[in-house]
Amino acid sequence: MNSFISYNTLIVLLGTTLLGANAGLVGSFTVLRGRALIGDVLAHAALPGLCLAFLWLGQRSLPAMLTGALASGLACILLMTFLRRWTRVKDDAVMGVVRSVFLGAGIVLISYIQNQTVAGSKAGFDSYILGKTAGLLADDVRLFVGVSTLSLSLILLLYKEFQLASFDPGFARVQGWPALLLDNAQMALAAITVVIALPAVGAILVTAMLILPGATMRFWTDRLSTLLIGAAVIGGAVGGLGTLMSAQFSLLPAGPIIILVGTAVFLTSMLGAPRRGLLARAAANRRFRNELLLQTLLRRIYESAEGRRSTAVHRSRAELMRSLGWSTGTMQRIVHAAVLQQLVSERATPSTHDYELSLTSQGAEYVAKVVRGYRLWQRFLTEYPDQSCSLVDLDVQHVDEYLPPDIIRALERKLVAEGRLPLVAEGRAS
Amino acid sequence: MNLLQFSGQGAYLDWWTIGIAAIVNTGCAVLGCFLVLRKLSLLGDAISHAVLPGIVLAFLLAGRSPMPMLLGAMATGVLTTFLIQTLQRYGGVAEDAGMGIVFTAMFSVGVLLLSNFASQVDLDPSCVLYGQIEYIPLNVETIFGIEVPKALPIMLSALVAVIAFVTLFWKELKLTSFDPALATAIGINATLIYYLLMGMTAVVSVAAFEAVGALFSVAMLIIPPATAHLLTDKLGRMVWWSAALAISASFFGYLVSKLLNVNAAGMMACVAGGQFAAAVVFAPHYGIVGKLRHQLSLTARIAGEDLAALLYRQEEPSRSRDGGTMTVRELVRAFGGGFVARYALHRLMRRGEIDKTPEGSVVLTDKGRRQAESLVRSHRLWEAYLDKNFQLPLDHLHAPAERIEHFIGPELQQQLAESLPKSDLDPHGREIPPSTGTQP
Repeated sequence: MNSFISYNTLIVLLGTTLLGANAGLVGSFTVLRGRALIGDVLAHAALPGLCLAFLWLGQRSLPAMLTGALASGLACILLMTFLRRWTRVKDDAVMGVVRSVFLGAGIVLISYIQNQTVAGSKAGFDSYILGKTAGLLADDVRLFVGVSTLSLSLILLLYKEFQLASFDPGFARVQGWPALLLDNAQMALAAITVVIALPAVGAILVTAMLILPGATMRFWTDRLSTLLIGAAVIGGAVGGLGTLMSAQFSLLPAGPIIILVGTAVFLTSMLGAPRRGLLARAAANRRFRNELLLQTLLRRIYESAEGRRSTAVHRSRAELMRSLGWSTGTMQRIVHAAVLQQLVSERATPSTHDYELSLTSQGAEYVAKVVRGYRLWQRFLTEYPDQSCSLVDLDVQHVDEYLPPDIIRALERKLVAEGRLPLVAEGRAS
Repeated sequence: MNLLQFSGQGAYLDWWTIGIAAIVNTGCAVLGCFLVLRKLSLLGDAISHAVLPGIVLAFLLAGRSPMPMLLGAMATGVLTTFLIQTLQRYGGVAEDAGMGIVFTAMFSVGVLLLSNFASQVDLDPSCVLYGQIEYIPLNVETIFGIEVPKALPIMLSALVAVIAFVTLFWKELKLTSFDPALATAIGINATLIYYLLMGMTAVVSVAAFEAVGALFSVAMLIIPPATAHLLTDKLGRMVWWSAALAISASFFGYLVSKLLNVNAAGMMACVAGGQFAAAVVFAPHYGIVGKLRHQLSLTARIAGEDLAALLYRQEEPSRSRDGGTMTVRELVRAFGGGFVARYALHRLMRRGEIDKTPEGSVVLTDKGRRQAESLVRSHRLWEAYLDKNFQLPLDHLHAPAERIEHFIGPELQQQLAESLPKSDLDPHGREIPPSTGTQP
């Protein structure tokens, strides 16, 4: 990287960073409310307003064009509400229709402006879809600062209200809060962000920047405050990084680069985030499966000893494998894990090229708990089938946490009568 | 793209342009029916953006030959759908957020490819986005001795592919659109149909990009089918309507754009939007005017029936202190006043159910009396029924009966009467009028 950054690059860098941070902050709410595409719709809807304001004044005036864009965005939202309420057209088609028609009207107006007026070619409409990030001016950046301050202060001021309205709008309404107003406030923040960013960076980039940071942070946290801070940081970082990269390779336009950097961050999070990431979830699934297999193995050994006097049972490994229907790989893996945890001891029997497995005292203790929990569940499901569907978590070790004590006692009595209740050392399983 | 000046060949070129627009738009509109019915409009939108890298790659690798482009498009469409579904299923990303992420990312890849290789691939970026339908007929080649626009083969093959797809899989498409669970149950591979549909969406988007631009293929994918869905409930008719609307939007859109000298593709979207707006207002069953008229006539019928019943109750012996007559003003006031009451009275008069005496009071005619009697019978039967079967206080019986009396036909009346003990009195001790065989 050059140590020297030109004034222009600095302005663009500041602009995209601020924009990214602001869009991340505001967009998080739209992502949480399942309205991620509202940015896309607003970006298209603003176009006719921009053009009409330009036609009205005959020159490029920022305040007028922003007002026009906001007005046509508002008209679009009202129109969609009306169509949803009064026609049989479904939500998705309503969005598609309104969006395409506004875009069509916008493009028609643009071509009209470019044909009719001398100033039209200077209006910068041709870059509306993709944007001309490199054309950001100091004035634009000042506007971004203003809007970012506005959204930040509004979010800080109404944090609790926004939080509830995002996660439980029904409850917010019941509590007597102006849920519709809060909803519209969030939407208005998104609309303002879209409108100020649109002429500078284009519709596609705005859409992406509203969605990506919030969706990325969703993999990392469940807390709204963390999500918002993280989304702002990610949005800003992605905007800045993308701009620097595009400045480095001067052939490439900044908008798409920023989007692709953001997408890369998103995909990395989706794969690698600690709890919700794909890899972490796959690992957790595997651990859980192995745990179940281990319990199955131990239970099989335990049950073959049940009813006999001797507690020291030896089972041939090959025979167990056959009866469980496992592959050699699975068997090796599970036995290895069991030996590592000192639940099972393994002794080679050279005469048959086989191994003998027996429970250690630790293993016997553990399996007794498992079997007890398993049988209590089994019994519960057959005795109280009508209640079983309210208790869906079938983690057998924690049966005591789910079932009320009197039911457990009743079930235990029945199992004792059949001689099927394992003796558990502490009396109650952990 | 070779930008020739528009020379005075006039009508010939105009007809080519309209024809090409119609071919492209019809393909989109026919396929779009299934997207709109399955609530996949936005996915269609996402795909139409996402095919951009496919277009550029196909141009880079194979130039302007139709087959590689259509196959490439199909692959891109399926890939887009697959990516969105993967994000949704494995990443737990909401569908709309997933769409937004996938289509902006793919579009960005397309733009980068375009800005790097545009000079090598004979592609104009703004043409890809907004379409330049005016220039298509100027770029010609000769096939079988006929001079046709270079873009025609790919557009025609897309339309043929759509028609073949819809005809071949008509039954499957129909079933998966309305009842995917049943479709799966009787052995139709709904997933396959779904991905085929998405692939075809990409095909029409690609075919459309030169004519109306990648951004407007979605307008023709969604707007005409949405309009057609307001006009009819039958799938077959919806497809025909959609095609007809698309063709007329192509024609008039081009005409208007020519008159005003503005972008043709945008104008076609606007005209389609106008058709949609007209359908929203005037569609026979689902239009706002139709709905309002239906509601107004229902309101008038109910008000009229209530007024007649009011007169009937006045005539009953227990109440007729003043001989059971009321003036128009008294009647309207007793009803609660208003325009609806006056309109309903006028309607009753016109139908000969009420009459005005020379003294200015309103009386029921025989016809009106029969109608009112039946309504009051429904009302009191319902009260008796509620009283018998539910433990409700007496003052809770009137309100529900007042609402349901207008919707009780002779059959239900009879069933109610049979389910009640033989008694001529309702729970309030008033007489239930005998059955006369007429209904309100």
